[in-house]
Amino acid sequence: MKRRGTAFVAYGVIAFLYLPLVAVAAFSLNASRHGLVWRGLTLDWYAKLFADPTFFELTRNTLVLALVSTVIATVLGTALALGLERYPWPRGRANRAIEALIDLPVVTPDILFALAAVTALGALRTISAVFEPGMLAMILAHVTFELAFVALVVRSRLVAVGPFYEEAARDLYASGWGLFRRVTLPLLAPGVAAGALLAFILSLDDFVVSFFTAGPSSTTLPIYIYASVRRGVSPQIHALSTLIVAVTVLAVAAAERLSRPSKEQAHAA
Amino acid sequence: MTEGARRPLRLALTLPGTLWLALFLAIPGLLLCGLAFLSRGAHGEIVWQLSLGNFQRLLGFSSFGWTADYLRILVRSVVVAGVTTVVALALAYPVAFFVASRPPRRRSFWLALVLIPFATNLVIRTYGWMLILAPALPPARLARWLGLIDPQGGLFPGAFATYVGLISAALPFAVLPLYTNVERLDPALLEAARDLYAPGWRVFRRVIVPLTLPGLTTAAFLTFVPTLGMFVVPDLLGGARYWLIGNVIQQQFGASRDWPFGAALGLALVVLTLAAWWIVRKKGSAGSLA
Repeated sequence: MKRRGTAFVAYGVIAFLYLPLVAVAAFSLNASRHGLVWRGLTLDWYAKLFADPTFFELTRNTLVLALVSTVIATVLGTALALGLERYPWPRGRANRAIEALIDLPVVTPDILFALAAVTALGALRTISAVFEPGMLAMILAHVTFELAFVALVVRSRLVAVGPFYEEAARDLYASGWGLFRRVTLPLLAPGVAAGALLAFILSLDDFVVSFFTAGPSSTTLPIYIYASVRRGVSPQIHALSTLIVAVTVLAVAAAERLSRPSKEQAHAA
Repeated sequence: MTEGARRPLRLALTLPGTLWLALFLAIPGLLLCGLAFLSRGAHGEIVWQLSLGNFQRLLGFSSFGWTADYLRILVRSVVVAGVTTVVALALAYPVAFFVASRPPRRRSFWLALVLIPFATNLVIRTYGWMLILAPALPPARLARWLGLIDPQGGLFPGAFATYVGLISAALPFAVLPLYTNVERLDPALLEAARDLYAPGWRVFRRVIVPLTLPGLTTAAFLTFVPTLGMFVVPDLLGGARYWLIGNVIQQQFGASRDWPFGAALGLALVVLTLAAWWIVRKKGSAGSLA
């Protein structure tokens, strides 16, 4: 009886979380051009979306930002995790300082994060105009928070795997690049993939950091929606938002599959 | 491997990432602290002269006498973030218990279900609430019929819409840390408490809360801090009367071009974040934060 009550509330709360997403998806299928009156189902907005160069550019900017920043953050974050875990400094202080640096983006409100990025870019602009607000600035800022999360995820995988396989391989005279490619990397792969997916999701999820660092030609979808909500949003935006949500759902599902313990690990536990 | 062979490898692996984080986060963070003690020139440029003017302005002292404008926004931010945290935690407990009561193989599915809205862009989610709460749709019609709002009005902009947006944004932050604690909770302890005729709220207060305290404080911190710095939700769903500190920071770095004052506001946000962190540490669960 008590349990059923809890389940009932839980279903309600989860439904509450999905309401806004369902609303956007529903209106992307609404035949009405203006206002929120329901005029029947249509897929017109999706068709118009694919024909419109503005939306093509928005989608391209959003995906270029997410993909490029994810690749850089995954390489840097994985290297950082490997260095910290397998080649630590002989004295603990340097390790602890880097660990604190990795934890920082996790506990910093995103607006402070954006301010730090804006300040860094402002200072760098005195050296070169390359750091003007725009796609490069956005990528630099996105890599910063993504790389910390990648390092955390990869590091926990390294801890879970333990150093034993690599030590065994070393006893068999494997070393250097061969050891990394044949032993470390395959063991690490699920962690790296999960970290990369998390970075990609975080980039798609971000608005604040992009908003502070974007230039006139690097508008992404969230910035466009934010700028246009007051003067009324065209139904194509509902369609594009729904597609972005769909990409997010796929990424989360993939990340969930990767982080689920495999059969062998479940048996070992 | 000898220490001599390890050193170049160590530097090659850790230096790029560390430098990146230092360059775009740690050093500019320190620069911002310094910026807060400078001031703005007539054209939005930075005047290199130390002053406490920004903090005096924050506390309400200006050349026109004393106003409580910025203080009010600061206090409102703390109150709104506090209320949001309490409601989000209250709603997160049933979800955590529900997920933990599923068969182990299904739990990750339910957790992913909670994570998906969380991973979806906040602007899209907030816009979704603007659609739902619009004047033409059933929720606003019901509220009008009940006489809760003006005959012409919608449910946004306003306090109600702001809270709905903030709570739905913060909820997944609250569910995940609570779940990791609730999952490990021994059901026998709850049964024992019930067998001794403890009423429901007392089981909650005396058994569940103490046993899940690490998750609870982490959840509270992870809900409170992002809500405190939020500017999308109050901007889109609240309107100017419900501005929080994040909105003012955005205004100073955007339209007003007063970076030093914006930095001072950012510093105030840092102080509030650290205060929350300190309270969480005092409750003895800082280890589970990161």
